[in-house]
Amino acid sequence: MGNEILLMKNITKVYPNGIVANKDVNFSVNEGEIHALMGENGAGKSTLMKMLFGLETPEEGEIFINGKAIKIDSPTTAIKNGIGMVHQHFMLVPSLTIAENMVLGIEPRKNGFIDFKKAVAITEEISKKYNLIVDPEAKIEDLPVGMKQKVEILKALLRGAEILILDEPTAVLTPQETKELFEELVTLKEKGHTIIFISHKLKEIKEICDRITILRGGRSVGVHHVKDVTQEEISRLMVGRDVVLKIDKTPAKPKEIVLKVKEVNHIDVMGKNILNKISFFVREGEIVGIAGVEGNGQRELIELITGLDQYDEGSIVICDKEIRDLTIKQIRDLGISHISEDRMTYGVAEFASIEENIISDRFDNKDLNNKGLLKIRKIQSLVKQLIDDYKVKCDNGQQPVKMLSGGNIQKVVVAREFSSSPKIIIANQPTRGIDVGAIEFIYEKLIQLRDEGVGVLLISSDLNEVMELSDRLLVMYGGEVVASFEDSTKVTEEELGMYMLGIKKQVFEEKRRVENE
Amino acid sequence: MENLLPIIFSTSFAYSVLRVTTPILFASLAAIISDKAGVINIGLEGIMLFAALMGVISSAFTQSVLIGVLCAVATGVLLSLVLAYFSLNLKSDIILTGIALNLFSSGGTVFLLFLAAQDKGISVSLQSKVVPEISIPLINSIPVLGEILSGHNILTYVSLLCVFLIHLFLYKTPLGLRIRAVGETPNAADSVGISVRRIQYMALMISGALAGLGGAYMSMGYVSWFSRDMTAGRGFIALAAEAMGRGTPLGTFLAAIIFGFADALSNVMQSLRVPAEFVQMIPYVTTILGLVIYSIKQNNKIKKYRRNQV
Repeated sequence: MGNEILLMKNITKVYPNGIVANKDVNFSVNEGEIHALMGENGAGKSTLMKMLFGLETPEEGEIFINGKAIKIDSPTTAIKNGIGMVHQHFMLVPSLTIAENMVLGIEPRKNGFIDFKKAVAITEEISKKYNLIVDPEAKIEDLPVGMKQKVEILKALLRGAEILILDEPTAVLTPQETKELFEELVTLKEKGHTIIFISHKLKEIKEICDRITILRGGRSVGVHHVKDVTQEEISRLMVGRDVVLKIDKTPAKPKEIVLKVKEVNHIDVMGKNILNKISFFVREGEIVGIAGVEGNGQRELIELITGLDQYDEGSIVICDKEIRDLTIKQIRDLGISHISEDRMTYGVAEFASIEENIISDRFDNKDLNNKGLLKIRKIQSLVKQLIDDYKVKCDNGQQPVKMLSGGNIQKVVVAREFSSSPKIIIANQPTRGIDVGAIEFIYEKLIQLRDEGVGVLLISSDLNEVMELSDRLLVMYGGEVVASFEDSTKVTEEELGMYMLGIKKQVFEEKRRVENE
Repeated sequence: MENLLPIIFSTSFAYSVLRVTTPILFASLAAIISDKAGVINIGLEGIMLFAALMGVISSAFTQSVLIGVLCAVATGVLLSLVLAYFSLNLKSDIILTGIALNLFSSGGTVFLLFLAAQDKGISVSLQSKVVPEISIPLINSIPVLGEILSGHNILTYVSLLCVFLIHLFLYKTPLGLRIRAVGETPNAADSVGISVRRIQYMALMISGALAGLGGAYMSMGYVSWFSRDMTAGRGFIALAAEAMGRGTPLGTFLAAIIFGFADALSNVMQSLRVPAEFVQMIPYVTTILGLVIYSIKQNNKIKKYRRNQV
């Protein structure tokens, strides 16, 4: 293995909203290796790589390439220094051909016109050299994902990338495409290129990476040779609670089933299997947590349950009613509340006032609506009551939601969703990116509602939250429920980590009681 | 009505279609360039109007056709720079800025006209110049076709040439490729070091220059004077033509011809004692019909695409 080609030293990055994304991180990569960068969502991987590629600038720390300190202030500088990045969302122009995309910005010219023949020749040449075979004249919009990724890699190579950053490259690929990609990466490595491979799939890292750096909570928690470290050790380093925040609650007294999901499958537009025979249920008066690394089907599952997307196979029953053909409004009327992980898109209308956001699900209610005209006074007193109850810090109900802090915006969402007398609450990452005060408040309310007999389905990538709040615990991995625990207090973090990263999987008998009531 | 058909199928009618299409064609090409770069130029109407006035004033003062046309083009570029500065640097809404530009031009031209010609309606007191008409040897001796194609204003030929040039520019030159990339996926262009804003500035300037030529033709070819609000919606008709032509130079050319036809038809019908108000409606009704047909087709295409996906 070669010399140290890249060193990021004592890197600290604090975002304007005060979130510390990286704290004193050291990251070193040797020439000609495939180096895995691993960590949970929010561990700071993306931020670290964005700084390397010039999309963000660090507050503190230095970056060295081949021992020389450099300042990377834009992607152009990064490219000049031999750093290329393959983004998760491809940076390709769909209506142009592969060759045109390849030479965009560095077009070969002849008499002032683009030399298309040369562009095709350049593409063919580099494509042969690295054994990444593409058809230069094909249009991007007609290509499958795996092919687009090849074009992205070639684009970076054409611009002289020595260090190639791949941001979760296999997340969008089918298993066959993944296999191909790995063969290509090995070829690249043999030709002397250095690859930084961002992933949280242990199996893949074991398969092709030489070394691994693990981040947790914005800090580096270790660098290892992949062959010297077991999957269990990696899992222990990566998954864990930095702070154990105990939450007081009495044991749950579950009653009737309010949500029942049975053998639901889901295939996305690209033909990828996202959900695979998911089955579970939630009863009145209990909190069921779903733990798992993001991107293992949780988002899609919630979209199906809340009616944002349609399911083809299996059944979802809320309060004894199959929801397949119901509108979102009808589903909500069954007694479902939804706290979306994407607060600003599905949670609130940011330019509308607190009042408008709160009545958005009940403006047609007879109490608030007199034959098409809103009863302003009733609405104002209702909203005022909710603002007090939910401790929303604001000037008044007319204030646009956009003016509030993240925590208070979430409280507005929660105030609406919890006050609609729900029978089941779907809480998807309910406390992401908000302050501690608001977090504790939301926990209290969730437990209070549970004690009043509401069923709660909690999806969270915050391990502490999902372990402390849940009465029962499920783990999702690769679109399946891979584990189910009757009593969440009896599970250890280490055990959970193994399931979350796909090292272990419960056998059918163990999960059986989850699938049948 | 019986009188209408012989007129429509006459060579002089075909000639007049080309004549009235010219300003729409210039503006449509201007719309293509800016639209391809992802910056819709709603200000075309006002830019053309202002360019028309500046062409008249500068040619009257210098007694030079060339300077007149160049001034019109320069006015177009300048106004589109204003649009670019407000929308790209100061991040104002480009549609609203374009509308503001149109309103500004409508009033501003009358103000300047009064200063230059002491008249608030028309510039006949200025001795402005006109771009000459030329007859093309060889073509003018072809029967029928010669009568239609020969003897036009130079700017009409320039506009036809521009269809071809803009096609070459957009699809065969580096800048054209970058403009298309910027308009379609700015992130992708940005990621390979292309300055999105710079490209959009350039596209708007080219767009302004083309609209400037359209304005010059209005007051220095189509007629030989400037009159208030003389562009009469041609800038908007051009946007419709661009949409109907799906943003390709050739398709847009055909769409512009359709609108030119409607315009020429309304000119002819005025002489046939059809109520003037009805006749004046024709080009605009055609625009609306054109856009409705276009969007129905688009919708069907999207539906079909969705069906194929599922």
